[in-house]
Amino acid sequence: MPRVVPLLCVLAVVIAVWFAASVPMNWSQAQALADDNASWTDIAAATQSLDRPLLPTPAQVAGNMVTTLVGYPITSPRSLLHHALVTTWESLFGFVISLAAGIVLAIGIVHVRTLDRALMPWLVASQAIPVLAIAPMVVVVLGNIGLTGVLPKALIAGWLSFFPIATGMVKGLRSSDVMQRDLLHTYNATTAQVFAKLRWPASMSFLFPAMKVAAPLALVGAIVAELPTGAQAGLGARLLTGSYYGLTLQIWSALLMAALLATLAIGLVDAAQAVLVRCRGGRL
Amino acid sequence: MRAVAPEAPSWPDFQALPPAAEQSSASNIGETVIAAQDLGVTFAAHGHETVALTGVSLAICKGEFVSLIGPSGCGKTTLLRLIADLTQATSGSLTVNGMTPAEARRKRAYGYVFQAPALYPWRNVERNVMLPLEVIGLAREERQRRATRVLELVGLTDFRRRFPWQLSGGMQQRASIARALSFEPPLLLMDEPFGALDEITRDGLTLHLHQLWRRTGLTAIFVTHSVPEAVFLSTRVVVMSSRPGRVVAVIDCDLPRERDLDVRESPRFLSVAHDVRAALRAGHADV
Repeated sequence: MPRVVPLLCVLAVVIAVWFAASVPMNWSQAQALADDNASWTDIAAATQSLDRPLLPTPAQVAGNMVTTLVGYPITSPRSLLHHALVTTWESLFGFVISLAAGIVLAIGIVHVRTLDRALMPWLVASQAIPVLAIAPMVVVVLGNIGLTGVLPKALIAGWLSFFPIATGMVKGLRSSDVMQRDLLHTYNATTAQVFAKLRWPASMSFLFPAMKVAAPLALVGAIVAELPTGAQAGLGARLLTGSYYGLTLQIWSALLMAALLATLAIGLVDAAQAVLVRCRGGRL
Repeated sequence: MRAVAPEAPSWPDFQALPPAAEQSSASNIGETVIAAQDLGVTFAAHGHETVALTGVSLAICKGEFVSLIGPSGCGKTTLLRLIADLTQATSGSLTVNGMTPAEARRKRAYGYVFQAPALYPWRNVERNVMLPLEVIGLAREERQRRATRVLELVGLTDFRRRFPWQLSGGMQQRASIARALSFEPPLLLMDEPFGALDEITRDGLTLHLHQLWRRTGLTAIFVTHSVPEAVFLSTRVVVMSSRPGRVVAVIDCDLPRERDLDVRESPRFLSVAHDVRAALRAGHADV
């Protein structure tokens, strides 16, 4: 367990700084609400329990998270768990899309010279498009052609996260050395066998780091895609309604929830990688 | 980090193993396996041509152990790659078992041992040895049976579950030889397989390879830099020279067919080694 000690130290510092910062940041608001004869200690105490503070304290955010996670039935729009699950489902769907698209594209690029020349520049160009900026537009356009619900959000999530998968897999599928390929040539192996026996297993040490980059991107994509849909459900909707009504606590809870989901996603990729490493005798 | 497994203390006793194809092949000695006529390879790169090999004519018979020796750049690896259909000749003709190298490769006529072990790091030793058997499409039980047999042949039975990075260099190269032998090819092509190993490991492997060849009746072609290694292992030594790569001499090693490392001190061995060195020097002086 010594690994968690540095982690907890950093957490303690962050929380301490956060608490300290909440006093001056909420000071003027607390002062305005306080009686004229309130002492400075009264005002300092008041900064910690405002309804709509500029900077909510860690205690307030934690309290809000607990209330909204367990305080409402999961079907209620007030339940943070409900929104978190919606976003999780969208980003998971998007991640699967990006994984499939990225791997299929990489296989094509590695095996067909024409695709290598034709597709690679477009893949790079696709990442120059500020998807975050146009995502709301894309969702609206997709809505107009009848694509609503999870799919448009999953598509944005997929769009944002497929690039690391595709480039990682192109590099991974090409990572075997000449001798390893010549060896299969001497066995008269087919292209499919070269793929199954050499290219694919060799690409795994590139796929897992790529997935670790892609998973949080899929989450960001899903959240951004939720913003323009009339803010019905999802962490993006929570952020939007929160900022609309100045519910800073709600915004911070949603942000923290998103961070937790991203951490969980990376943890799952790590766990899958650990299983593979075990099958390979200790190395990826 | 992890400890590397020590070199196995002793080589397995082959005499205790059931006899392989030795009898049948011994009676067939004389049949031509490799026939090269005026073979040449020219590589074109960056606008100028490099003659890697020129005018090579050579016949290798079944059951022979032929070493190709010469300085770097003499085309010995190129010649081996031509036979394996890994490089294409630009002139002359070459047949392997009476077929073109490409046809022979498609019929899986040879096992190839590279300079580096080229084991797949995600497979353990046994599954590395099974790789060609999977490609050929043998049934699981047959794959297991053959892998067990060749691992015993190279003395790696106890290490079959280890991964390549857990083995010493010598053991890795033995695994790579086992892999080349696993599908029982009649021809074994080896490209400086012991080049990266220390001399003690090398001696052990050289003796081991000699016994393996004696037992299996394989035809073997062996590329090396080392004169003693070539003379010890071979029935014939092909001496090559560079710029352009060509054959300068073919020297018979008429030592007893059954050899141990002590033969290297015998007058006959020293005299053959002397002839090989003289030919190497003569080839070099031509340049």
